[in-house]
Amino acid sequence: MIKPNKTLSVTVLGAGYLFLYLPIVLLVIYSFNESKLVTLWSGFSTKWYAALLEDDELISAAWLSIRIALLTATASVVVGTVAGFVLARFGRFRLFTLFSAMINAPLVMPEVIIGISMLLLFVQMGQLLGWPQGRGLMTIWIGHTTLCVSYVAIIVQSRVRELDMSLEEAAMDLGATPGKIFFAITLPLISQALVSGWLLSFTLSLDDLVLTAFLSGPGSTTLPLVVFSRVRLGLNPEMNALATLFISSVTIGVVAVNWYMRAAERKLAREMRMAFAAEAA
Amino acid sequence: MKKLRKMLARAVPSGRTGVIAFPFAFLFLFFFVPFILVIGISFSQQQMGIPPYTPLAELKEGVLNIALNLSHYQFLWNDDLYIATYLSSLKMALISTFLCLLIGYPIAYYIARAEPSTRNTLMMLVMLPFWTSFLIRVYAWVAILKNDGLLNNFLIWLGLIHEPLRLYHTNWGVYIGMVYSYLPFMIMPLYAHLVKMDLSLLEAAYDLGAKPWRAFFQVTLPLSKNGIIAGSLLVFIPAVGEYVIPELLGGSETLMIGRQMWSEFFENNDWPMASAVTCAMVILLLVPMALFQHYQTKEMEES
Repeated sequence: MIKPNKTLSVTVLGAGYLFLYLPIVLLVIYSFNESKLVTLWSGFSTKWYAALLEDDELISAAWLSIRIALLTATASVVVGTVAGFVLARFGRFRLFTLFSAMINAPLVMPEVIIGISMLLLFVQMGQLLGWPQGRGLMTIWIGHTTLCVSYVAIIVQSRVRELDMSLEEAAMDLGATPGKIFFAITLPLISQALVSGWLLSFTLSLDDLVLTAFLSGPGSTTLPLVVFSRVRLGLNPEMNALATLFISSVTIGVVAVNWYMRAAERKLAREMRMAFAAEAA
Repeated sequence: MKKLRKMLARAVPSGRTGVIAFPFAFLFLFFFVPFILVIGISFSQQQMGIPPYTPLAELKEGVLNIALNLSHYQFLWNDDLYIATYLSSLKMALISTFLCLLIGYPIAYYIARAEPSTRNTLMMLVMLPFWTSFLIRVYAWVAILKNDGLLNNFLIWLGLIHEPLRLYHTNWGVYIGMVYSYLPFMIMPLYAHLVKMDLSLLEAAYDLGAKPWRAFFQVTLPLSKNGIIAGSLLVFIPAVGEYVIPELLGGSETLMIGRQMWSEFFENNDWPMASAVTCAMVILLLVPMALFQHYQTKEMEES
């Protein structure tokens, strides 16, 4: 086994993580700064957090964003799971290239492109069909879902490919219908991927600015739109406080889910070992 | 009766087709069709009213008039500012990608060579910023880069500089913001390729007397080629059309096509022109996108 140079490794990783985390740490520290000039430390204060609580524009925007994120995450998991399953198991059907391209493209496509094209679709549909009338929660929801379906599909397809197919084959031999196999066996086996996909869609939707700017109408201002309109003008201590709240809740959430999943994986591995040991004995 | 059932079976799509059709129809309607509309509307003209563009085809007294307005494309082609903006977007995205690779490769390399037990935690730490808000992470740099910001204060305090460096509202600010935001996308595929590399190949190179640097350039680097390509595409393609970073950290001299399209749309309210700019951007990205699709499909089938 070749060991990498220890000093070099620690230096590179140390510098790398410092680069990734220092800006966030500074942002959090300065959210407790008393001064309105964000970069000049004048004393510890939580007044910017208090100001958040009285900011009605921000609170109603946050509430709208959370509702959209919940709807988006749920819809994306439904569509994305089927899409990921099709990608992993259905081989190369006709139009497979188009299908996989439509799933891969949103992962990298600049969001301004997706934004304007979806807006034009909704405007045309409104002209021709009379639906949707104007822009708002519904159009933002569909837009976010279109983006997030790709992420869920990629997560699900890689999980489905890892699956041991023997369980599904056994069920088939016992006469279960394909639908029943999917819901009773495949879905529980890939539940971790569904949770990851749901959480990723939730945070992507909560944070999306560009797509939302195109798809929102008067009266449907989401949190990122408010944040952007304020930070565009420069530093704003209240935004530091909001960012700190956001970062800490996401960090706690991600670490907790990760920890829970690893524990579940270890438990499964232990149970399988014991089952094999019992069989061998 | 039997015949009827057979006919029915043929007319009603099978379960398999139905399962494919559900996500296919969703993506087709909300992702594919909109593109066709963008192409269409790039040939129409701005007008006052709702929608703020003229229809392409009109039926007047039994005559179908189709008006394709090419002026937007002619303008894009002849206007020096637009050509400069496209070139500048490409240049900035390329430099950002290169910087991401330069910084991301050593990080991915040492994570992949770390103890298996710490690898997962290290990767989670790389991914964590990706889960937190993109907007917040870009905003975090404003306080650091400003003329009276934390970096300049620190450097002046150290005595390294006497005049503050101009970074905020310049192209340097954009590069820093891009590298910072897109670094996880570079590290992920690089790590995935480096971690599954067969280390005995490296041992063989050493046994045959190769120096570490030579072994790296002749064994490790070629084996991580696909990771490098995937990571570079994941950074380059979205970086070309980036809007938020140049808007928050860039200056008036930062020419980027995403920003230009945004101002055509939201400030000039010229939807057809914005559509034409979008089409030109898509053409620019067609080759990298096709490459990405190629590698992504290969990756899926290999796993």
